[in-house]
Amino acid sequence: MKGGFKSLMLQKAEVSRNGKRLLGPLNLTLATSGITAILGHNGAGKSLFMYMAHGQFTPSKGSVLWNDLSAEATRSCRSFMFQNAPLMRRSVTANVEFPLIAQGVAKPDRQTRVTTALEQARLSHRATAPAASLSGGEKQRMALARALVTRPQVIMLDEPSASLDPASTKELEANVRLIADSGVKVLIATHDLMQARRLADDVLVFGGGSLLVQAAAADFFGQPQTGPVADFLAGRL
Amino acid sequence: METLNAAWGLMTGFDPALIAIVSLSLRVSLSAVFFGLVIGSPLGAALAIWDFPGKQVLIVISNAMMALPPVVVGLGVYVLLSRAGPLGELGLLFTPTAMIIAQTVLITPIIMALTREAVIPLRRDYQQLMISLDVGPLLQLKTLLWDARFGVTTAVLAGFGRAIAEVGAVLIVGGNINGLTRVMTTTIALETSKGNLELALALGIVLISIAIIVNAVIYFVGQIGRQYQESAR
Repeated sequence: MKGGFKSLMLQKAEVSRNGKRLLGPLNLTLATSGITAILGHNGAGKSLFMYMAHGQFTPSKGSVLWNDLSAEATRSCRSFMFQNAPLMRRSVTANVEFPLIAQGVAKPDRQTRVTTALEQARLSHRATAPAASLSGGEKQRMALARALVTRPQVIMLDEPSASLDPASTKELEANVRLIADSGVKVLIATHDLMQARRLADDVLVFGGGSLLVQAAAADFFGQPQTGPVADFLAGRL
Repeated sequence: METLNAAWGLMTGFDPALIAIVSLSLRVSLSAVFFGLVIGSPLGAALAIWDFPGKQVLIVISNAMMALPPVVVGLGVYVLLSRAGPLGELGLLFTPTAMIIAQTVLITPIIMALTREAVIPLRRDYQQLMISLDVGPLLQLKTLLWDARFGVTTAVLAGFGRAIAEVGAVLIVGGNINGLTRVMTTTIALETSKGNLELALALGIVLISIAIIVNAVIYFVGQIGRQYQESAR
């Protein structure tokens, strides 16, 4: 995407499996910079939305466009961090280096970028260890380093703190803030309302496979909500 | 007991005939393993990763070929290489090259099937990551083969174990010619029938030692490989 992230636009986008509609139809445009929180309970369609938006699969109907281009065509401008970050059966260094190999970055450049990424993730001392030997917090830091090493314009985080302790969560949130401040667009799926309140500039709330609300965070958290959103906020949905 | 002592004497005395037979065995089987690896492991990984028409048929055939009786493989290669056969011109029959070909045919399906089995769980774990990173099919094949390297090593060692221990194929295409195509297994068969138990027994001990070493290596490779696998989450 030349010139960085400008907009994400979904037009009547739908996901169906075996004739059953799981998500949508969604019509939405995301044009702000900063952090967008994707909220909702388990099964609300957050992950499905994130996967579809990144082009992990094509929507059953409708379209997903990033700066007017398809999700597949723009994938390399984004990074996706999965909820259970899949570890490659390699060293920590090789894990972080892999996205650069996939993008055809030359070896000397790869090495400098990986070294820097590992320093930032405070994993230099674990560089040669098998990725599987890392602790939970270290794994997540490695996954974030792997996502950032390609210098994406957009980063998508699917429940990044689902399995982290409070200290690691706090560190992750600080990192997410820094990433957004550096001009990278952040989409973060979370079921943690407080996390969304701490981080988000705007929110998308999903429930039962539909988009319930799209709002600026200040409005969403500042005003009393009604209907299913009020139920969600009160933990009743 | 006397026979055993004599056998021991042959081994510790580095009997030249014994050394020649053992080294030919190793040369033939290691060459077969090399070609089996080069041909079999990319094919096995491709069967695990890529979807193409006729894939199921290929999987069934490759699995069935794992159980091929060596004598049948020997017969097939014999027919191909015999004077009247399509490759008869090359004059390869009753040479070590013919034996390498026969053992390669024998173990390639094994390496292929075991590589496929090693790659399948990796493909499952990696699939979403590969899509998200826009990884092309060739880099995917390379990546999964490398990350399954411990499983592939086991596959190769299993292939080697099969090759070094088989009699039928090398006997038919090699002809068991003294000093030329005589390997450990064919020598054991011949010398035992002649009543020359010392040499047969010495070779038997070498074979068993090789089997133990190969399996020890398989075990330790598995141990190292496990460090790269995540425990259940």
